[in-house]
Amino acid sequence: MSSLARTASDGWVVTKRNLIKIKRVPEVLVFVLVSPIMFILLFAFVFEGAIGAEGGVGYREFLIGGIFAQTVVFGATFTGAGLAEDMQKGIIDRFRSLPMSPSAVLIGRTTSDVVYNVLSLIIMALTGLLIGWRIREGAVDAFLGFALLLLFAYAISWVMAYIGLLVPSVEVINNASFIVIMPLTFVSNAFVPLESFSGVLRTLVEWNPVSTLTQACRELFGNYDPSVPVGDAWSMQHPALYTLIWVGLILVVFVPLSVRQYRLSAAR
Amino acid sequence: MAEMIRAEGLEKRYGEVRALAGLDLAVPEGTVLGLLGPNGAGKTTAVRIIATLLKPDGGRAEVAGVDVVGDPDGVRRRIGLSGQYAAVDEHLTGFENLEMVGRLYGLGRAKARERARELLERFSLADAGDRPSKTYSGGMRRRLDLAGALVASPPVLILDEPTTGLDPRSRLEMWDVIRELVGAGSTLLLTTQYLEEADRLADDIVVIDHGRAIARGTADDLKAQVGGERIEAVLRERGDAERARAILAEVAMGGAEVQTDDTGRTLTAAVDDGVPALRRVLDAFEGSSIALLDVGLRRPTLDDVFLSLTGAVTDEKEAGR
Repeated sequence: MSSLARTASDGWVVTKRNLIKIKRVPEVLVFVLVSPIMFILLFAFVFEGAIGAEGGVGYREFLIGGIFAQTVVFGATFTGAGLAEDMQKGIIDRFRSLPMSPSAVLIGRTTSDVVYNVLSLIIMALTGLLIGWRIREGAVDAFLGFALLLLFAYAISWVMAYIGLLVPSVEVINNASFIVIMPLTFVSNAFVPLESFSGVLRTLVEWNPVSTLTQACRELFGNYDPSVPVGDAWSMQHPALYTLIWVGLILVVFVPLSVRQYRLSAAR
Repeated sequence: MAEMIRAEGLEKRYGEVRALAGLDLAVPEGTVLGLLGPNGAGKTTAVRIIATLLKPDGGRAEVAGVDVVGDPDGVRRRIGLSGQYAAVDEHLTGFENLEMVGRLYGLGRAKARERARELLERFSLADAGDRPSKTYSGGMRRRLDLAGALVASPPVLILDEPTTGLDPRSRLEMWDVIRELVGAGSTLLLTTQYLEEADRLADDIVVIDHGRAIARGTADDLKAQVGGERIEAVLRERGDAERARAILAEVAMGGAEVQTDDTGRTLTAAVDDGVPALRRVLDAFEGSSIALLDVGLRRPTLDDVFLSLTGAVTDEKEAGR
């Protein structure tokens, strides 16, 4: 077997192993799925009055794209925690003593987390529909929106995989990722409109990929009022393209970095 | 006979601790080498280097002629490793664990499944095969782990303390399984803290301490050095120790010294002829006024080996890894 085929096949074997765990410990899934519902309801009802409509678009509709982006980014913590847990257990010695592809454990983990993200997107979309969110562009655009969310989530998964390998303790990874992810999602247009930021903060928001991901989703789902300015920054003018550039950059940097770290930390 | 495992001058440090300080090992094809030593002697470090999980700081090791650093994948294709901590996924069933390992060894799906069923049967796990391994007892988990090491029928097996932490019955079962493997011609490197285990399973034994070999030879060689059974007497009064020592010295083999422990009340002597010697000792104590709490025969332990090889008992506290 060629090494690429080998990597794909081994990666798939590990993916299946991770998915079996979802089946055996469904409690984990319940929390993964309940927390985005909670976020949607909290933000929709708590902030709706304070922030109000964005041009012709109600806050609830404005919010959903942001919640989507926030949830898939948070979901990446799962990758780091799962990997940190694996590294602590004896199973990693089994994997390492086998003539398998060295990236299979990482590929398996990041791939099985796409499944988590698909499930949480479905749950969130349904919750959104219940409180008044609608897809107003075509099905193709909506599909592209979801695909962009999953791609970005996949890239962030590799960042968290790297962190998970650096600090192989589930508790530490949960706290560490919180420190990274909270500012990333809150210094963005996910929950509040861009106009509410000014100065340096506004620049940060404009170039934050979570903002552009959110903006791209709003455009693809048709949840924005074209008359409301999105900012002059190139990133906000081309949100989908800018987000894709980030996805590419993150993968180019963190895939090799994580594979290298896997080899190193497993050799301790 | 070709050597299936060969290690020369292996060295590994963890900061200040020298886990391995120039260890040489050789395991000819179809034989079992027992690596015997206390916790922290360097057994696991040696095993992890040979199994490609760890890089040595110095020295070299080969498995079936393949260098562990130069071609780790080549080595991995030729070994099966079963560690101290059963490397099974607790959420997967026994069957799923073995199937996964088979796939990762490069077996096709059908072949991996067939092999998994076969191994579950062989290790008396067939009935539990479709239950998550979380529900298994410690002994069953170890057997599953060992089965994992055998999935690809590798020519070389490496077992790191396969019975540590098992209850006596599971230990006996494990020994049967291992003996069967050896009977089938596998080459085996086995680490253990139990002299009895090394004696029962290994053709050759290397005793290691502080990362280097302090004795090597067959089990018989080692026994000749260490002696067979021990008579151990526990006195009520410390003051009787001198007289009791004289009684034991009468039966001790080949002028071996009578050992006294820290309390000064437990005396041990290695003997050649266990039961008759015990009878003579009992008679002698009967004729004396020495009060005994306990007296009996016991098999030599790792501590006895260390005592006779180094004059000191094992030092568990100096454990590096």
